[in-house]
Amino acid sequence: MKKLLFALATTAAVIGFSAGAYAADKAKVCFVYVGSKTDGGWTQAHDIGRLELEKALGDKIETQFLESVPEGPDAERAIERLARSGCGLIYTTSFGFMDATVKVAAKFPDVKFEHATGYKTAPNLATYNSRFYEGRYIQGQIAAKISQKGVAGYIASFPIPEVVMGINAFVTGARSINPDFKIKVVWANTWFDPGKEADAAKALIDQGVDVLTQHTDTTAPMQVAAERGIKAFGQASDMIKAGPETQLTAIVDTWGAYYIKRTQLFLDGKWETQSSWDGLKDGILSMAPYTNMPDDVKAMAEETQKKIESGELKPFTGPLKKQDGSEWLAAGASSDDGTLLGMNFYVEGVDDKLPQ
Amino acid sequence: MRIELERRPDVSKLFSILSPFIALGLTLIFGGIMFMMLGKDPIAALYSFFIEPLTEVWSLHELAIKAAPLILIAVGLSVCYRSNNWNIGAEGQFIMGAIAGSILPVVFYEWQSPLVLPLMMLLGMLGGALFAGIPAFLKAHLNTNEILTSLMLVYVAQLFLDWLVRGPWRNPGGMNFPETRTFDATAILPEMIASGRAHWGFGFAIIAAILVWFMMRYTLKGFEITVLGQSQRAGRFAGFSSRKMIWFSMLLSGALAGLAGIAEVSGAIQQLRPVISPGYGFTAIIVAFLGRLNPLGIVVAGLVLALTYLGGEAVQVSLQISDKPIRVFQGLLLFFVLSCDTLIHYKIRMMWYDLSETAGKGIR
Repeated sequence: MKKLLFALATTAAVIGFSAGAYAADKAKVCFVYVGSKTDGGWTQAHDIGRLELEKALGDKIETQFLESVPEGPDAERAIERLARSGCGLIYTTSFGFMDATVKVAAKFPDVKFEHATGYKTAPNLATYNSRFYEGRYIQGQIAAKISQKGVAGYIASFPIPEVVMGINAFVTGARSINPDFKIKVVWANTWFDPGKEADAAKALIDQGVDVLTQHTDTTAPMQVAAERGIKAFGQASDMIKAGPETQLTAIVDTWGAYYIKRTQLFLDGKWETQSSWDGLKDGILSMAPYTNMPDDVKAMAEETQKKIESGELKPFTGPLKKQDGSEWLAAGASSDDGTLLGMNFYVEGVDDKLPQ
Repeated sequence: MRIELERRPDVSKLFSILSPFIALGLTLIFGGIMFMMLGKDPIAALYSFFIEPLTEVWSLHELAIKAAPLILIAVGLSVCYRSNNWNIGAEGQFIMGAIAGSILPVVFYEWQSPLVLPLMMLLGMLGGALFAGIPAFLKAHLNTNEILTSLMLVYVAQLFLDWLVRGPWRNPGGMNFPETRTFDATAILPEMIASGRAHWGFGFAIIAAILVWFMMRYTLKGFEITVLGQSQRAGRFAGFSSRKMIWFSMLLSGALAGLAGIAEVSGAIQQLRPVISPGYGFTAIIVAFLGRLNPLGIVVAGLVLALTYLGGEAVQVSLQISDKPIRVFQGLLLFFVLSCDTLIHYKIRMMWYDLSETAGKGIR
């Protein structure tokens, strides 16, 4: 009996040891998602990035993820679970995970953390973001060319700087083509709610807009636009399947390039904290194919994209006025990043009052 | 054919005790089959789900954090439901408690004293109780349906919180994000023991469960609650007022939900946000019935339900599967527990009858 026990114990120890050794071979890189990884928008874009990372570095790392993690105390537990399960590098992919990530990062100084779209860093906590507004500027120009009525509808999520910045970039782009262009904004107060987003889209179309864009994550607005026969822009992922005749282009988040770059640094032991804010030129976002538009509009969009990528064109360049008519940027002056990251005012041309 | 549930004349004591275990067994079998169909090792999955979260200290703390609001709310609800008052709006009372308790750390943030925390808890209870007082008043004096009024008030509370954190209570240093300033250290509910982050909310939950259990079992009030719940007429003959009982049960459950709200905000979140509860007030209804409306049963039920959340995450991490099958599995567990409990009290009767025969008799 004793022998049997001993044999069992050694077997268990060997199995336990080999499992441990296996885990040590490959570094674990983990992801925390706020939505479902098949949401067709924000989270799916991050998951595509994760799969690209696996493809590129799959012989050295393995990845894990937790999806549909609610923001708040649940997030703290989810992140801590990953930190404890042996993850060396953890990407938390929603703004609302910021404080939870900060707390867990303080508890696990040996684990590296990267938080998307936040503004708090630590020696083992970096932030990363994407200059989505560059894409929105291009969308604004396309909208101004396509729209018959000179009014676009904008489905916004929450009045945070990120979203306000997007609205302003869209209007600025549109007004560079048509100085009288206006947009109407509906605040859906959600990132992910097909019902509310569809309602917002219907309300905007009923108010007479003939181009629709969204800063929410589902394809519902695209479907409504398709039903009502107007054009629309996709968000976060290419939404062409939801509107083959409808989508003009989409801002596609291509996080994979960033994940590969940072994970490689982590593997080389050269990872350092930073606040990264890459744009079109770095490949962290790209534009879905320009479709359902005349060739001259397509050519214009492609040229603007090239100019932004080369740095020749900065979307927020004066002369620009705030909504109340006061001057924001003088002719030729460009906005600094600090102002953009804390943006809490509209530029001229937005037919809405910013919720304060 | 018609299927009917028929009340059993007498309830088997043995099966009352066995029922949760039968339910667990059925869940294990069907859950195991599901994991097998997904191509995952069912033993590993069930281990991660039920055992792994219990093997580590930090995870036990997380269990307590998750269970605390569920237990606290469900204990209050059990008093309501036993006395036949159907408070469905605990979610709203939870939120209003959190808001009322947060007045001190958000509006009077400069006042830092050891008195802050106890006052916050009292304000939280008061906020929840007052908010539950609305449906109580409407039912006691205007005879409205408390199920509807309490449920509708949840939306009022949610939108009120949303407006506060975007408007007057927004953190001036928070880059325009919809959240209040973070609470000062004197306004944060301390951890119970040093080994993890479980805060005193869990302590409140256990104390509340014991007190309510004692009241239900050993006091006249408890007897009054049971009698009025089972028969208003009998209660009236005994000199009990069902109107007073509406007030008592609603205010008590509102206060406990409010306490859960402020304990959660102060202990776990440490600021107000547009959403502070992943539906605790509604999940607590399940917990109350899972615990058979017995406060001590509710403690167990709350822990079990919390375990399904933690276990669900553990399975996701260890087996690399999506959270969808996990939700199905949680659903399986609840389905079996509640149906096993139902079948103790009822039996299924198939009623076969000929359609042509009933047609002649007209509409019944």
